[in-house]
Parts: sequence; C-alpha cells; structure tokens
Amino acid sequence: MGVGMEARDLNAWFGPAQVLHGISMDMAANQVTAIIGPSGCGKSTFIRCLNRLHETVPGARVEGKVKVGGSDIYGRSVPAVEVRRRVGMVFQKPNPFPTMSIYDNVAAGLKLNGFRNRRELDQIVERSLCQAALWDEVKDQVKKKSGASLSGGQQQRLCIARALAVAPEVLLMDEPCSALDPISTSKIEELVFELKKDYTVVIVTHNMQQASRVADFTGFFLLGYMVEFDRTERVFTNPADKRTEDYVTGRFG
Amino acid sequence: MPENRSQPSLASSRGLRYWWRLLVDRLATVITVLCAILVLTPLVAIFAYLVYRGVGALNWAFLTQTPKPVGELGGGMANAMVGSAIILGIASLIGVPLGIGSGIFLAEHGNHRFAQLVRFTADVLNGVPSIVTGIAVYSLVVLQQKHFSGFAGGVALGIMMVPTITRTTEEMLLMVPNVVREASLGLGIPRWRTTISVVLRTATSGVITGIMLAFARVAGETAPLLFTAFGNQFWSLKLNQPMAALPLQIYVYAISPFDDWHRQAWAGALVLILLIVGAVAAVRVATSRGMVRGAA
Repeated sequence: MGVGMEARDLNAWFGPAQVLHGISMDMAANQVTAIIGPSGCGKSTFIRCLNRLHETVPGARVEGKVKVGGSDIYGRSVPAVEVRRRVGMVFQKPNPFPTMSIYDNVAAGLKLNGFRNRRELDQIVERSLCQAALWDEVKDQVKKKSGASLSGGQQQRLCIARALAVAPEVLLMDEPCSALDPISTSKIEELVFELKKDYTVVIVTHNMQQASRVADFTGFFLLGYMVEFDRTERVFTNPADKRTEDYVTGRFG
Repeated sequence: MPENRSQPSLASSRGLRYWWRLLVDRLATVITVLCAILVLTPLVAIFAYLVYRGVGALNWAFLTQTPKPVGELGGGMANAMVGSAIILGIASLIGVPLGIGSGIFLAEHGNHRFAQLVRFTADVLNGVPSIVTGIAVYSLVVLQQKHFSGFAGGVALGIMMVPTITRTTEEMLLMVPNVVREASLGLGIPRWRTTISVVLRTATSGVITGIMLAFARVAGETAPLLFTAFGNQFWSLKLNQPMAALPLQIYVYAISPFDDWHRQAWAGALVLILLIVGAVAAVRVATSRGMVRGAA
C-alpha cells in the first residue's frame, strides 16, 4: 500500500541560485499527483527532493521538510539510501543498466543491497515485470537479453519494474513519457492508473492532457513557486489563479 | 485524373557538382584506407621478420631448457619465460588495483585541487623514462634488500602500469552517463556499491583495454629490469633472488658476439610477442564471456 507524502516549506538551491521557494503540498496515499509547468519551473527539482536525489548534485542544497507516512526524510540520522528504497523513481530518459540482462536490471536494487534468496528473487522479478506490463513481451529471454536491447517504450517499463522490485511506497515519475511514442505513452498511462492501487504516484509532466488523464490532483509550478494545487478537474476547468488559467489554456508556456 | 508527371530522375541532377562530390568521396575513402595500410605495414613487417629470423632457433629445447654456458651450443630460455610471467604477475598485482582505484577516485570524486594534482602526477609519471623508474626502484627496493630480486622488477613494472590504467579508467568511467548513476542511487543502492557494481561494471570493457595496453607496454620493458630483476642464467623461482626475464635475456644475447645466441635472441623476441598477444587475447575472451549478449 502506498503512504501519503507531504512537503512543508521546501526550498532548494543549485549553488547560489534558489530554484524552489517554499513549496508546501500534500500527496495523498494511493492517488496520482501530477506536477505541471513550463520548462525550468522547478518541477523536476521538486520531485528529486522527494527522494533526496537532489543533494547528490555537487553544490545542490535543500531546506524544509518532506514527510513520507509521517516521518521526515530530511530528519537527522535518516540515511538517504533508506529514503530512496521507500520512494522509487522513474526517470525522463529510459536508463536501464546497459551491461545487465533484463533480469539483472530488475533484480539490481535487491541484489546490490545484499538480497541473496534466488527463489524469492525469481518471483519478485516476474511479479515486477508483470506489474510493469512487460512480462509477456520478454518472459522467454529475461536472462539472455540485455536491457539496452529493448525498444524505448519497453526500456521505460523495464525501469518501472526495476523501481517496483524494491517494494517502494511512493513512485516518482519524472516526465516518464517524454522520450516515447504515443502508443508507448498510452501504455505507461494505463500502467500509472493500475499502479495507484498499490502505490502513491507523483508524476511530473510537460503534457497537460496527460496530467488531466492520469492525475487525481495537479500542482502548477512557475519559476520555482507553486501557483496552484487542487483536484485535477478543478485546475483544468476552473482554476483559481489567472496564471494557471493562461497556462492550461495554452496562452503561454 | 491528374497528369502523371515523371519524378525528377537522379540522372538529371548529376551535374558537375555531383561528379565533384563523388570524386571527393572516393578520394577520402582511398586516403583513409591508405592510412590504415600505412599503420599496419610496420607491424606486419616486424612480425614477419621476427618469424623469419626467430623460427629457426625455436625448438623444444629452447622452450624447456635453461641457457647453456658460454661456448656450448643449444639451451633455451625457459627460465626467462617463467621469470617474465612471475614479474608481470607481480606488476599486475600492484598496478591494476592501484590504477583502477585512483581512476575511480578521479572520475567519481575528481573535481577539486587534490584530484588535479593526482591527474598531473599520473601524466608526468607516464612520461618518465623507464630507466629512471628502474633506478628509483633500485634505490628504494634493491638497496634496502641488499640484492637484486624478481620482486623489485615487478615493483618497477607495476609502477609503470599505474598511470596508464589510472587515466584510461578515469576516461572510461566518465563516459558512463550520469543517468545510470542516478538510476542506481534512486534504487537506494549506496554510493560505493553504485560505483563498483554499476558504473565500473558498465565501463568494464574499456577499463580492461586500458589494463591490456599497460600490460603489453611493460611486458617488453628491459631498462627498468636491468637494475631490479637483474637476470639469471639458472632456474630461480624465489622472489627475493635475481630473476631471469625475456627482455633481459634477449638484450644480453643480442649484444653478445656469438651467432648461436643471436639466433636465440630472435627466437626469444618472437616468443615474447606471441606471449603478449596470447595474454591479451585470453583476457579478451575470458572477460567477454561474462557479458550479456546484445550489450554495447
């Protein structure tokens, strides 16, 4: 089951440049929360703060609170690796480990953290690939075929399976369809719909139709500030802020 | 029905410019092929000449016996072959871990002043004449131990391997896209595990190429062994004793006044080349086994 997530007064910097200003929002358990906004508005940085990946960039810094199921992930003595196991991530460009087989890609998160039970590993790999709707396409060659030899859409589903294998509670998706064709995109969108039964999903997207199709809640970001956050249909049909309306109706951005 | 207009044929566009482009294209192809041939010629010539001069003295005795005393015909370089293998083994044990370790340091944590210093030092070390490395090891190891030794020879060659391996490892790791590191970190895999099991693994084939380059380069080195391993006419597997090595034996035999020794020097050179090629090929085969099919 997914757990709820909340950000409180989150600020983030790249070196001296502040890219996020006091973001506070709640991401409800087992719901899909979309983050939309023009390029450079800080939406990617925001979700990279949710699994403490932002701080791995040299010079990058975060202040504020992010709670997963009630506990602050920026709290003292909370190890970043623990956070990242609870909050999985799918990236913009499909990034399977190039020299690993399909099987090893999915098993990597567990294997490289010392998980040794082969029988259980086999089951987890199969279940994760099923959840990512990839199993039927690759089941005959999971150990023979390299992850890099799959098509772009398959690679992205492989990356989703890889993230699910470590049993996270939240799944972050950073523009997961921006490098994919329309058919692969609709497959991933269907998948997101399925996944929210078991996980809390936060998805960054460039594509407003996508947000309106998959998300229960939508946040609109602009220049590092969160302009509006509400139920998706409200953001798209009756936004409270003029800037949101301009953006969702295509007047800028 | 619209008039069925003929497509503009390719032939009609074949003006002067077309033929000019074609000429330039062919010319460029011919030039690159010629360059490739030019590069291969000395290689093939040297190898052919080695076979021509060396194969006559190559026989079972040469491969299994130790050198005969001056004046006696026959004998072989078996001790030198084994000695070379041991010395190169020691060199690899020293050079490969140090080189890979410092390469990882430079690639993954390399944007501050200390890393600049390491990088600069590696480049300087790469340019140090091998005989200087030999003298340095002579004073650091041989003088301390009070005698020449195969171990000192291994140390000298190992030091020479480090800079090449360091720099190629760094370059290869930097070629691994950052999104691959982030994918691993995003799974909750610790940084050190990410570096070893994901980044290094992705760059394996390039790193091995670097190791092989360094290995092949030091395998033929003579100068640093003169003051360290020193050479030995007899069987000696003791690491703290003077040890025979192929390049040393070739050197001694080649400058000798005896025709039989000259022939053996040629044979020794041929064996040395074959052993290097064999070692490189064996490592290539062994490491490509473990890789997944279809991986670039």
